[in-house]
Amino acid sequence: MNRIEVEDLNVYFDDAHILKDINIKIPKNTVTALIGPSGCGKSTFIRTLNRMNDVIPTFRRDGVVYLDGEDIYDPKIDVVDLRKKIGMVFQKPNPFPKSIFDNVAYGLRVHGITDKDTVQERVEESLKSAALWDEVKDKLDKSAMGLSGGQQQRLCIARTIAIKPEVILMDEPCSALDPISTTKIEDLIHKLKNDFTIIIVTHNMQQATRVSKHTSFFLHGEIVESNLTERLFLEPEDKRTEDYITGRFG
Amino acid sequence: MSFRIISPKNAQKIMKSIFWASGILTIIILIVIIGYIILKGMPVISLEFLLADPIDSGRAGGIAPMIVSSIYVTLIAGIVAAPLGVGAAVYLSEYAGESRLVKLIRFGAETLAAIPSIVFGLFGLSFFVIFLGMGWSLLSGGLVLALMALPTIFQVAEVSIESVPRSYREGSLALGANKWETVYRVVLPAAIPGITTGVILGMARAISEAAAILFVVGSALAMPASIFDPGRPLPLHLFVMATEGISLDNAYGTAAVLVIMLLVITVLTNTFVERYRKKMMGR
Repeated sequence: MNRIEVEDLNVYFDDAHILKDINIKIPKNTVTALIGPSGCGKSTFIRTLNRMNDVIPTFRRDGVVYLDGEDIYDPKIDVVDLRKKIGMVFQKPNPFPKSIFDNVAYGLRVHGITDKDTVQERVEESLKSAALWDEVKDKLDKSAMGLSGGQQQRLCIARTIAIKPEVILMDEPCSALDPISTTKIEDLIHKLKNDFTIIIVTHNMQQATRVSKHTSFFLHGEIVESNLTERLFLEPEDKRTEDYITGRFG
Repeated sequence: MSFRIISPKNAQKIMKSIFWASGILTIIILIVIIGYIILKGMPVISLEFLLADPIDSGRAGGIAPMIVSSIYVTLIAGIVAAPLGVGAAVYLSEYAGESRLVKLIRFGAETLAAIPSIVFGLFGLSFFVIFLGMGWSLLSGGLVLALMALPTIFQVAEVSIESVPRSYREGSLALGANKWETVYRVVLPAAIPGITTGVILGMARAISEAAAILFVVGSALAMPASIFDPGRPLPLHLFVMATEGISLDNAYGTAAVLVIMLLVITVLTNTFVERYRKKMMGR
């Protein structure tokens, strides 16, 4: 079953045609990696999925994005509801300058969950799921800004899963992290894919092979090739994919 | 072949010394002025000077009504100008985008900041005192000072709100918060240190002002019973005492009290801001 289906999506900023005729199906509870060189439109694409591009005044699009069969750009769709279903983790860890606890509780409070015990429970549960609980359980009231980069990124993941989304978008979540922190995040992705549909943008092809089941290769705003990750890397069908994964450009 | 009068190494040394000297000179000027006023003022400052009413136009007695007047007008200025200034800053940096209205508001604030304080006073006289019928009162004075503090508060608040990283806003929006929740729960708390500094700078400007309130507070010597009474804040008292040759010693005493009040406010605010920032940033 597919969680997300994108049909003939085109995205423009002013007159620049950023994404061209994107068609992709994202199956439920799997990891899909989006690879491609800088400026190929991967980030713009995932930001279209939770409507983060809406805040950019020059953004225009046509085509349809379905989440569980519902068009997310339908005027009846509430963006707040949508973003509750589709969470996002950013390239640079961006915890709020608040306590560790308040960071994780943030989304809950925004969505009207204020009962103390419930919040407490969900915060603990989310930090455990994000493999961060043991490192922070004694300093939940300390500022999240005091954590290391890798811990901050896991905190951002905890903050996202606290509101129980169906999909988690990750925009190069390890690009600002050291190798050990990267391994921890990748382990976490393996664990999370049982409960969430994950779409990860990555620069790092090894990472794509390590974490994902499906991979799509983006180039100049188009999807050149989508396939099972193994197939895409072992027997690319398109010459451009082959050139990219063998390091001839990018 | 290149020809230099001064070698790069020496140029580096010379420039460093010039900057060092500028820094030191700035501190020395500050210390000399504050030190001089406190030294000249200290001899007349006593418990009586702080707690008694003035006698014989201020030749003797104390300055209690002036201290109270100063506190009243400054608080009125802060209470009125802080929400207005911060509100305008939030509107401009979070909601307005880059429209003509925005440019106009920003230009307005800059111009407002450049208007001479005596002109504010004249406006206050005709608008608050006469047109709105508030009379010569601490309220009229506080409102004029609010107008003067407004551009400072607005400008500093706008800069500190805009310096909140975009990534905080995106993080909040991505969690399903709407714009207002993002502003209220993330942006404003992160900007609090800067906003507080702006509010205090604005209020410091208000508490130090004599010219702006000259025509509007009434210059009464008696202890004001409420904000509807006339009063005489410290800078105005100091001005009258010095220009009318009533008592230069007591003028210095008044100046010293004013300077000490300002120092206390500044130090307390800085301590609060530093503590808040440390807690927020986990250091």
